[in-house]
Order: sequence, then C-alpha cells, then structure tokens
Amino acid sequence: MDATDTSHPDYFHRVVDCQWACPAHTDVPEYIRLIAQGRFTEAYLVNRHSNVFPGILGRVCDRPCEPACRRGRVEAKPVAICRLKRVAADNRDDVSGKLPLIPRIKNGKRIACIGAGCASLTVANDLMPLGYEVTIFEQYGEPGGLMRTNIPSFRLPQTVLEEEIRMIVDMGVDLKLGHRIGSMKELLASGGFDAVFVGSGAPQGKNLVLPGRAAADASVHIGIAWLESVAFGHTERIGERVLIIGVGNTAMDCCRTSLRLGARQVKVMARKPRGFFKASEWELEDAEEESVEIVVNRSPKAFVTEGGRLVGMTFDRMEYELDGRGRITAERVTGEEFIPADDVILAIGQENAFPWIEGDLGIELDKWHVPVVDPVTFQSTRPGVFFGGDAAFGPKNIIWAVEQGHQAAISIHRHCQGESVVERLPPGVNLQSRKMGMHEWSYSNDYAPVERRLMPHVSLKERFKKLDIEVELGFSAEQTAQEVQRCLNCDVQTVFTAKLCIECDACLDICPVDCLTITANGPEAELRGTLKVPARNLAQPLYVSAALPQTARVMVKDEDLCVHCGLCAERCPTAAWDMQKSHVHWPHAEDEARALQARKPKIA
Amino acid sequence: MTFIAKPKVVHPSLPRNVLGLVRRDYEGALSTLCAGCGHDSITAAIVEACWRGSIEPQNLVKLSGIGCSSKTTAYFVSGAHGFNSVHGRMPSIATGASAANRRLTYIGVSGDGDTLSIGLGQFCHAVRRNLDMLYIIENNGVYGLTKGQFSASADIGSKAKKGETNFQPPIDPVLLAMNLGASFVARSFSGDKRQLVPLIEAGLRHRGFALIDVLSPCVTFNDHEGSTKSYAYTREHYEPAVQADFVPPEREITAEYGAGEALPVTMHDGSRIMLRKLDEAYEPTDRAAAQARVQERLRSGEYLTGLLYLGREGDADGARPEFHQINGTPEEPLNSLPYEALSPGSEGLAKLLARYR
Repeated sequence: MDATDTSHPDYFHRVVDCQWACPAHTDVPEYIRLIAQGRFTEAYLVNRHSNVFPGILGRVCDRPCEPACRRGRVEAKPVAICRLKRVAADNRDDVSGKLPLIPRIKNGKRIACIGAGCASLTVANDLMPLGYEVTIFEQYGEPGGLMRTNIPSFRLPQTVLEEEIRMIVDMGVDLKLGHRIGSMKELLASGGFDAVFVGSGAPQGKNLVLPGRAAADASVHIGIAWLESVAFGHTERIGERVLIIGVGNTAMDCCRTSLRLGARQVKVMARKPRGFFKASEWELEDAEEESVEIVVNRSPKAFVTEGGRLVGMTFDRMEYELDGRGRITAERVTGEEFIPADDVILAIGQENAFPWIEGDLGIELDKWHVPVVDPVTFQSTRPGVFFGGDAAFGPKNIIWAVEQGHQAAISIHRHCQGESVVERLPPGVNLQSRKMGMHEWSYSNDYAPVERRLMPHVSLKERFKKLDIEVELGFSAEQTAQEVQRCLNCDVQTVFTAKLCIECDACLDICPVDCLTITANGPEAELRGTLKVPARNLAQPLYVSAALPQTARVMVKDEDLCVHCGLCAERCPTAAWDMQKSHVHWPHAEDEARALQARKPKIA
Repeated sequence: MTFIAKPKVVHPSLPRNVLGLVRRDYEGALSTLCAGCGHDSITAAIVEACWRGSIEPQNLVKLSGIGCSSKTTAYFVSGAHGFNSVHGRMPSIATGASAANRRLTYIGVSGDGDTLSIGLGQFCHAVRRNLDMLYIIENNGVYGLTKGQFSASADIGSKAKKGETNFQPPIDPVLLAMNLGASFVARSFSGDKRQLVPLIEAGLRHRGFALIDVLSPCVTFNDHEGSTKSYAYTREHYEPAVQADFVPPEREITAEYGAGEALPVTMHDGSRIMLRKLDEAYEPTDRAAAQARVQERLRSGEYLTGLLYLGREGDADGARPEFHQINGTPEEPLNSLPYEALSPGSEGLAKLLARYR
C-alpha cells in the first residue's frame, strides 16, 4: 500500500468517529473535555458553533454519533454523547454576550426564509452576523417548526426550545409569524429578496387508505398533524384504546402522548419484526417503559366501524422468511385478527409538498413533485432559490437540517457576493502536540473502565400527571463526572514520523489493543492478514507509514480499535509517535466571508 | 519508563490458547525500563511464547540476578513464581529450585554483566550441569544500570557513548556454551520476534540447558554511532543462519515445507523443531562445525542468529544426560514427599556418617 496521506483533512477526521458521523461535524471530544473541566458554557458554545441547538439536540437528537462511537467497539455501549450535550446546555451560564456580534450597518442584501424551523433558523444564525437582513415567514403563530409541533413537551420543554430560538431571532431577524407563503412567484416578484431559502419541512403526514377509512375518519388521525394540534392545545383528549400504525420515532411520540391524554391501552402495530423498526432503540425503550405494547407482524387491513363509530381495525397476521443476513426473502399471511380501538393514529411517514411553487419559475420538480436540489450547494435549478432541511431531501432529523442550513448559508452568501456557489472552501485540519513533558500529556489518557451511565427518569406515577413533565431528568453531577471519563479522546491523534523510528518494537509491545504492526509492505488484503490481531471493521482505514529507515518495513496502524491512551508515544524513545490534537475545521458562512474579504483588493 | 498504566481494555477478538487465556493474561507489572529498551521487547516475546505454549502460570518459575535485564522477570507472567537472586547467583538458585521440584518450567533471565562478569563461574557450571532450564541473556554490551560502562560482551573497537574505545576481547556466550557441552544454543535479536518467539517456545520445552543469547540494544547508553550493539548496527550485521519453527505436539506439521527444506527434530514431549537452514553452509546439529562457523562469522563482525546448535540424542557429542538424570532427583516435588522418605532417620544418618569415617 502507498503511505497514508495524513495531510488530507478527512484522514484524522475519520478517526474521530463521532465527529465524522455527525452531519454537522460537532467537535464531540472537545466539548466532553470541557464538560469534564466544568466549563459548561464553553462546551455549549463549541456545540452551538456546529449544531446551533445544543439544548434541543441534547434531548432529541437522533445521535448518529453514538453508534459510531469507538467506545462501543471495546465495550458494550458507546459514550452517552447526547446526554452530555444536555449537561452542557443545562448547566451553562448566560451566553448572550458570547454570541456572534451583529453589525449595525447591513450589507444591503435581503434573504427570505420560508418556515421558521431548524433549517431556516440556522441560515439566519449564519447570515445575520455577516450583515444580511433575514426575514423568516412562518405560517403558525410561533416559530420552531417540527421541533415545536412534533416533539412532545415531555421530551423537549418549551422553555429550552424558546430560549434557543430566541438567541437567533434576537440577532435581529425579521420574523413574520402567521404569515403563510401562498405563492413563490409572488415572493420572488415583489419581495425584493436577493435569495430565498425554503426550509418549510415535510409537513404532510401520509394517509392510509383502507376499507372503512372514510367512515372512521373522526377517530383516525394523521400522526404529525395530531401531534401539532396537541402542541397548540387544540387536542386535549383521546380514547381509552389507541392503535398507532407505524413504528418510527413519530409513532413513539404519538403513543407516549396518547398516554398523557387519557389513553389506557396503547398498542403500536408493526408490519415487520423488531430489527426492521425505524424508531431509535432508546425511543422504543422509553415507550415500552411506559407500558406501550409493540405488536409485530400485523399488517393493517381495514378500519371497522359500527354505527358510524370506529370500533377497531383488522390486521393480517404476517410471517416472514429471513436469509442469513436477516433480510426478508418471503412473506405470507397466516390469518386475520381484529383489534378493538377507540382511536387510530397513523404514523407511517411524511412527505413534503409544494403546491405553492408555480411551475414556470425555473424551479424544477422531479416526478415525485419534489424540487431538484444540489446535494452540496442546496441550490435549486433556479439560481438564488435554495432548499434545506426536510424540504430538500425528505424527512430526517434536526441535526441534518442544521447542517443543510449551514451549507445553504454558504451558498447564499456566495450567491449574494456574485461568487460561484460551487467553489467552496475545503475543510481543513490542524494538529497540535499534547506533550507537556516527561510522562505528561495535556489530556486525560487513563482508560476509565466505567460502564455507560443510565438516564434517570421521572417516576411512572408522576410523569403522566401533566403533558409537559419532562421525563428525562438529566445526568447528575456524579453521573456526568463518570460519563465524561468514558470518552476516549479520539481527536488526540497518534501521529507517526517514519524517519525517526528505530524499530525497537516498544509501541507494538505496549499497545493494549494490539493495533500496531511493523511488517513488510504489501497490498491491503495482505497487510490486514499480517496485523497482530486482524481488524473486524474493514471500513476503518489502515494507516501505513513510509518505509522505515532501518529495514524498509512499514508501520501499520489499524485505526479501528485505538483507544488513544498515548502509550505508543509514551514508550517511543525517539518521539516518532506523538499525540496531537486534531482540530477539524469545517467551514461555515463566516469563514467564506473572511476568505472573500481577504481576496478583495484593498481600496486605498 | 512510563508511569501510565497499560489499560486493561483488550482487543475483542484476541485469540485464546488451549487454557482459554489471552496473551494479555501473561503480562506482568509495568516496566520501569527506558522507553525503547530491547529488554521490553524480549519480555513481550516471552509473554507471547508462554501464551502460545499454553504454559500454566503457576507452573512457571522466573529467576534472575541483578541488572536491568534481571528486573524484567517482574514484567511477565505475574501469576508465576519468581526469585531475584544475588548478583550473578541465579544459576545456583535455579539448581536448588529445580532439584526440589523438577515438574516446574524454569526460565532464567540475566544480562551480560550478570552472566559474563560477576556470574561467569555460575553460568559455566549451570551449562556443565545441564540444568533443565531456559537461560536468556539480554545482551547489550554495557552496564546500563550504572550508566553505560563496557561489559564483558563489548566488542573490540566498540565505542562508548562518551567516545572511549573498548580494547578488551568480548566473551561470547554462544561459543562458551557450545564449548561447555550445551545442547540448545541460540542467538537472536530483540527486534526480531518472528525468530525469537519460537526459540523461546522451543527453549522452554527443551530438556536440559537451553541458552538464548538475545542482542538487546540499550537505547540510552549503547544506541549510538560506533556502538556494535545498537539497533542500526545489529540490523546491518545480523545474519539469520537457522530458523527454528516450533510445532507443539498437538499440532500437525502443515505442508508448507518443501522436500528437504526443513530438518524436523522431535523433542522429549513430542513437540518438534523444524530447522530451516537460511545459510546453506551452516550445520546446526554438528557442534564442531557450528562452532567454527559462528567463530568465523564473528571474526568478520557478523552475528549469526537462530538456533545455532541443537544436540540430538544419538548424535556424537549431541544431547547428554541432564541434571535430573545425572543426580537421580525424585519425580515428585520434595514438598509432596512424606517426611519418612525425605529424612534418613537417626539410624540412616548414622550409617551415612559411618561411610565417611
């Protein structure tokens, strides 16, 4: 194999698995270290820089970082990254003085954002400090989008939501509430905006058309619309027996909300077996803790009404054949079953819909009537019109919408400055040694053999008394102190300088997880075979050094299991190994602005 | 030297040996030697060999004298028995221990000072006695623990860290042991585990005295230009002559050897050593020829390495009776024998004494 090019910014970024997995590239190890030092405000700001809504995401993020976490490879469970984010948000001081300054003199460019959800708010957050005038149009009387309407307040308290939205609105955003955009054409023609960002989400819940649907309509609800009407206080009761159709995260919110509105018996009906569920594992656990029954292998067949009232539903009982990899190869119906119900909530997915975008604007829609959006620039086929969040690529979690907002903000900025939206700043990486002296490293490299801390919950008796009692209590100080130590500091990288190596084997011998090998070079498959302990995860690249000075063999590091304990560097007599903190620089609109500024000729 | 403890976390797919143990179970205390010390690498090789050989930790005895090398017995197999003797006196302790319990596996770790200077007499007699043990010399040519004076294995012309030249001839433990009738004589290098680990495995199983002289650079006092025991010099002047692959009794010899490529030597317990000649001219089972060749190469400054001499039973000048056979030591450990068997009684003592009157 060729020597690994560690100067490529992705190389060290990939080693920080959590940050690599996070769509917004949140610097997780850095903020966990800050929490460990009790510097909650700084930890919050590190988060806010990337993900804009740490308090919200610390409760309801989809956590793509956690399955990626390296800790989960050497122990059963990953670091509770999301819970720690909440610790930073809950314990921080007032940050109003630490937010970006907003120039009083504007740059004369006006941006319209449609929908006051997380994507639009991120765009405003990135562009306001650059002097843009941002107007956000929101159809409802309150901002927040799906974060407000679809996430029940027992998971996300209103105060947290409002505070983080206010931080952005208070930058001077012109927030037009109760202002529904009915025509894109009109907005483009008479709005006087230099760019339009569509962050209107995917607000349409999917319907399920089955026999009896029309007759049962009064008792059949579309999940996200129903959650919305609960959020705004329009719906306060539901029947005793509730069926939820679908088993995604919306279904979990629907079943738990039902319990708080008077339901006694809630069943979540899944077509397929466990393992095919779309809901996150922890959301399933939380629902089951509240005695929600998840019934598998039931395919909805018909709504049953008596005297114009819903009395239940019939389902086909399904059986599946799985192959060795757990994929379904065949299915058959083994029978039929009637399950009584007073209400049914459909949570089988949602769609975006753009009836208000006229066909003659140059904004191309594809065959599903979804706009054609560039996945890098988030620009539609009409220059100056951008899409982000669920409106761009369908329903995903908040964290994806935030990152899409960041990227769209870069495009909007470049567009407004007359630059190409395609030529963007590349990411970068900085390395800085953590060596302070003999046996001294400026990071905590002791491996703490503690297991993942469990989130304490409000008792099952208390939590149903009101709709907005937050179930998760947050980590205690003791739990936080232990959980932060579980982070392996993957951003403190093992950096190797081949020409210094004397091949004494000290690093190979001391490595607790056998991730180093010195061997003759060869093709990757061959090298993987000669590793001290061959890797299980082939997706994680190998590091291969340049030829070593004495024998021309190579140092190979399997990045998969390194626990970043630093012993290789500690044991290295020639400092060929060093522990260096990598700082991944993921450009935002402000960086583009700075770069553009630097390129402009100075006027004397 | 490091103050950071090696974390207990292990690779989840670490293989297990016959006893169900992983390699990490054969580790010992944290090394306090200099970072990059060859000795630490040898320690790792011993750990690997003991794990591969499925040695039960409680049946291993680690013996050493004084010196950097002698500290290392603390750094492997913490479940084993251990004895740190007086400087250079490890062979006596080993003799006593072995006489008292021949069922255990004995491994002695010593240095060039402990073996070739203060302990030279002890070493020579342990070889003569054909003590049933594996004796490893961690040979770096300097007294590292006292800041790098030349030791008895320093080569003529070798330069000390501060520039002085050595004029005294070295004592070569390999030639010495061959001369004294040892039946398992090997030389290796701390930086070549592929060669060293099977040698240790075979040495642990060898009946009688097994010597492995391991070139083990002193990274602090003898790893400079002008040194003849530095990492760089050793790599340049290091000639593997015989590769000894160790095949335990339970494993088949896989057909990776071509016809006549390897000479199998069966050991007393059924395990085999596959001798592969890397140097065509070398005769690893002919004591006189081997000795001559090692000497000849040493003269031109080259270290021949590998299993340099293996005395087979039946060969002229090959394997000789070992310590227990010569002395008729009991099969049972002394501490398990009844008092009556151990003590001659007053009558017996009187008879015994009468023989000397």
